[in-house]
Amino acid sequence: MRRRVLHALPAIALALALVGVWEAYVDLGLVNPIVLPAPHEVAAEAWNNAGLLAANLELTAQEVGLGVLLALLCGFVLGVLIHLSPPLRRAVYPLAVGSQAVPVALIGVLLVFWWGFGVLPKLFVIVLICFFPVVVTTVDGLAAVDPDQLKLLRTLGASRWQALRFGELPAAVPAALSGARIALAVGVIGAYIAETSTATSGPYAGLGHQINADINGLQTPRAYAAAVVLFVFAIACFYTLALAERVLAPWANRSSLSSTPYGPTTRGENR
Amino acid sequence: MSTQLKSRERRPREASAAGGHNEDGVTLSGVSRAYRDRRGEVVAALADVSLRAARGEVLAVVGPSGCGKTTLLELICGLQQPDAGTIACEPAVLMPQRDLLLPWLSALDNAALALRIAGDSRGRARAGAGTLFAELGLGGFERARPHELSGGMRQRVAFLRTLLSGKGLLCLDEPFGALDAITREEMRDWLAGALVREPRTVVLVTHDVEEAIVLADRVAVLSPRPGRVLAELAVELPRPRDPTGPAVVALRQRALHALREGAKQP
Repeated sequence: MRRRVLHALPAIALALALVGVWEAYVDLGLVNPIVLPAPHEVAAEAWNNAGLLAANLELTAQEVGLGVLLALLCGFVLGVLIHLSPPLRRAVYPLAVGSQAVPVALIGVLLVFWWGFGVLPKLFVIVLICFFPVVVTTVDGLAAVDPDQLKLLRTLGASRWQALRFGELPAAVPAALSGARIALAVGVIGAYIAETSTATSGPYAGLGHQINADINGLQTPRAYAAAVVLFVFAIACFYTLALAERVLAPWANRSSLSSTPYGPTTRGENR
Repeated sequence: MSTQLKSRERRPREASAAGGHNEDGVTLSGVSRAYRDRRGEVVAALADVSLRAARGEVLAVVGPSGCGKTTLLELICGLQQPDAGTIACEPAVLMPQRDLLLPWLSALDNAALALRIAGDSRGRARAGAGTLFAELGLGGFERARPHELSGGMRQRVAFLRTLLSGKGLLCLDEPFGALDAITREEMRDWLAGALVREPRTVVLVTHDVEEAIVLADRVAVLSPRPGRVLAELAVELPRPRDPTGPAVVALRQRALHALREGAKQP
């Protein structure tokens, strides 16, 4: 436990320092508090609106969780299909790259027209934003499998499907999980984009929607409070996934055993 | 135990891609093979190689680095096709130079990989591999991950994985090439013992002449690229063989002489 605290110390120190600079910047009158509220004001606003923030976070967290999960699934399956079929790779890859340039606001209206004011249009936007890093890392992970390993599996009598199952798929899991980390990190901003570009009905519309409404209503402190919640949520997601990686691919993460000539590394090498 | 292993040989899927089937041992007649290197130039790896190992025989192939030894094994295992000549052999399995153990599987699961591929469940595969695993000196390491094993232990697991493929012909590519001298000697004795217990036809590629003579029934000496057979020596010595005994030393001199003569030729 003490080690954990020591481990987190640099992050906490840096965060406190940044908040201190922010506070000083506002308190010295260098900026209008309506443009940038001071941290203590944001904290007070968060405390007073805890219920609202919690309800909006619940909705946004659901969107992020489901959306990223779907993106992982789609990205991994697409990655495997692309790996297995060169024609499919040539057909799909350019479109997948192009999909990353689609301005979401443009298709938001269409998505609402198709699927209404519920969660479905948001999920689509999050998947659109998040699936790409998973596809790329999965394809690269599958292609990086040692060709000698595949030769060996073949002389042991493995079919194409068995080579995939026993050799390539497990080997690609660490790479796919790296893609998942990126997907999760952009998934939170993806949820913000999704909420602001597709309308929502109901009493709570998510943190992203709340931020935009608060900006328009000049309730900047509350908008910042919501942004801080998103900020912390993204960090929590990232480290939750890092924990999941240790369970899903323990062979890929051997930080305690490996070190570079220049000191310990945080990510173990594959051997 | 050995009956259990033999029962695996009747699996229909084991038909190898290499040449004829149901042959005893392996016969190569006039085999040539060339390939293009990265710059697109044609490199002759093997030229007119004829070799034979009867069923249950250990044939060692020695030669300088880059004389096409690995190509020879890949041809026998059907991973490549010869440009000329024919290869007739029973189904063959390759043990590559590197152990290539799968890092996400335990030592026992790595050894049992061929059984999984043949369709056994995880439990059945473990049970099928467990007995031999313990008998070949790996007991207690069943659950160890490959990175926790020493180089010698990893090679043992890799050899066991090869053995459990149920194929009659084992192609061993420099199995102890990456090991230190002391471990190498230990592993040589271990392999000799394992082959007494589980007799197979073996083609053993090595650049260590002493290792070849201690382990093999016959030693074929290859020339530098393109590999040609310079000499074939019969090793008719009782086992276990003392690497420092006069008979082994004399054969070693003959093999080294053949290698030197081969190196002189253009």
